[in-house]
Amino acid sequence: MKRALIVFALMVALLLAALLALALRGNAEQAVPPSTLNAQNLPEKQLRGAYLARAGNCLGCHSTQGGRAYAGGRELPTPFGTFITPNITPDRDTGIGDWSADDFWRAMHEGKGREGRLLYPAFPYTEYTKVTRADADAIYAYLQTLPPAKNAVAANRLDFPYNMRSLLYIWRGLYFKPGVYEPAESESAEWNRGAYLVQGLGHCNACHVTRNALGAAGGAALGGGQVAGRSWYAPALNSRSEAGSGALSVDEIARLLSTSLYNQGAAAGPMAEVIAQSLQHLTPEDLRSMALYLKSLPEYGASGAPPLSKEARLRIDKGGKIYEQHCKDCHGEQGQGAPGAYPPLADNRSVRLASPLNAIRSVLDGGFAPSTVNNPRPYGMPPFAHTLNNEEVAQVVSYIRNAWGNHASVVTAVQVDKSGSD
Amino acid sequence: MKYFLLLVVSLVSHAVWAGATPPAPDTIAERVKPCLACHSPGGRVGKDAYYPRLSGKPQGYLYNQLLNFKQARRHSRPMNLLVENLSDEYLAEIAAYFAAQPPRYVAPRDGAGVKPGATPPPLLTQGDPARKIPACIACHGKTLTGVVPHIPGLLGLPADYISAQFGAWKTGTRRASEPDCMGGIARQLDTTEVGAIAAWLAAQPLSSDAHAADALPEELPLRCGSVTATVKVTGKAAGKIMPKARP
Repeated sequence: MKRALIVFALMVALLLAALLALALRGNAEQAVPPSTLNAQNLPEKQLRGAYLARAGNCLGCHSTQGGRAYAGGRELPTPFGTFITPNITPDRDTGIGDWSADDFWRAMHEGKGREGRLLYPAFPYTEYTKVTRADADAIYAYLQTLPPAKNAVAANRLDFPYNMRSLLYIWRGLYFKPGVYEPAESESAEWNRGAYLVQGLGHCNACHVTRNALGAAGGAALGGGQVAGRSWYAPALNSRSEAGSGALSVDEIARLLSTSLYNQGAAAGPMAEVIAQSLQHLTPEDLRSMALYLKSLPEYGASGAPPLSKEARLRIDKGGKIYEQHCKDCHGEQGQGAPGAYPPLADNRSVRLASPLNAIRSVLDGGFAPSTVNNPRPYGMPPFAHTLNNEEVAQVVSYIRNAWGNHASVVTAVQVDKSGSD
Repeated sequence: MKYFLLLVVSLVSHAVWAGATPPAPDTIAERVKPCLACHSPGGRVGKDAYYPRLSGKPQGYLYNQLLNFKQARRHSRPMNLLVENLSDEYLAEIAAYFAAQPPRYVAPRDGAGVKPGATPPPLLTQGDPARKIPACIACHGKTLTGVVPHIPGLLGLPADYISAQFGAWKTGTRRASEPDCMGGIARQLDTTEVGAIAAWLAAQPLSSDAHAADALPEELPLRCGSVTATVKVTGKAAGKIMPKARP
């Protein structure tokens, strides 16, 4: 017994030592490059920063619906508790009015607040670390021009043990490696620009990845995953059967990024928000660069859907009747949709995703494509949450997933019920 | 050769198929079709809620409500989600469309025993000066059919819906741009007063040509954000309610 205790204590000590060694990796003091701001370039930097803040969609998290821009207060529900985003307007008491450009750089690059406080990676510094000092400075310069908003946000409501900030030492040791994006020499400047935006400011991987039990990106980069705290699945950008763009033209990808529409479907849910708030404002050149990079991602094939049982067939047939009644008018007899208005459902990968979540949510919530510069008056779809019950939603989603050459798993009422309310 | 023929056939059939895909009509009527799934011209009771009519309501009022949903001052999950990514300009266009549609008034529903000609509760016609509550008619018009462009009519709605709006003002799930004058009034009324007002309003018939008044005889008794937060465009697009430029 005594011996077992000693062995156990030794194992714990070893584990702690290993964790400490790891933690040193992600928490080592970084040399801070000098600020790129000076009195001459400030106006130009501020202008640039306004654009880059859009590209990083800072507003998406750092403001509430109808609240003051950048004044924080948005609740981000996660499996670890709810984060409340901070105020990043230059208010001295409640915002970042007292921050220096170096402080801002440390937050973006090292994930550290003022006085070295470790930041939770709900702030995507795992991606923002790739942003250059010059770009971080520009964003800082821009944020400092905002009207200061006095808005003291509430404290995070995190569960034990995640509320123990010091544990972030270990997390960072395991999952965080600071470092600015390093251009690939074998690739064009345009490709590198795209990679820089996608991997860095765009922080696409914050959603399009599978997260492990500790909330760290667990799967392959951009390999798709459930959006934290939301009932939406962010499809893999490196899979032919999900949202890989190898088969699309660069122009088509750019159109999707700037309007949410493309020939084979439409982006909805959180991606529509990203397009409305951020991507539609990017220059055609930057959109093209991102498209070029996304198109070049290595693509993986599909794993086939299971064969359909007799019961599944029955469910699909019932769904066909609901389709006739509620969907056919817009999406067409053959699921062909109407160009630019109603996405086709035939040959639409998002309909056939292994996870039926997005198809379910689209039926429940409906929605309009975002108003964008190129599509200011979008068409939309009504919500069906009040018209169809869970079983009927399951039937019609099962139908569209298996009609007109589509083939994917059928959906049950339980899955619809569990799809949550956000 | 076989493959070439196959290719030709598939290309041709694809072209035919693509050609057979008619584009959606490029009209505002087509674009607002999703709204009609719930909002019929006469309003209707749904599974979960009452969906009020939109047709013929004052344009500025409709526009303000769309903005309130977009900016989460007013809570209705489906509405909040539908409008969150739409521009203010587009919402103004949608509001203008519905404002121009002829309303369909439905016969009064059971107003909890109130007869159509019954004397209205005093709050409706006189308000309560002691509590600084103006009469309903002071803002919503003598006939209670609203005033263009911002003030809605109060007739042709079920009592439950009216009561629910008062409840929402009290709990903060229905707000307007500050100063939110209706919210302030609602918070002062107790449930008996609200019940009496709602029951009387719901019992009143509307003639088929009822419409919002062009103007109020006197100045508004309160300064309301819903009236001052938007601007009336003059010149070319005269009379159109447009969003005020935001900083």
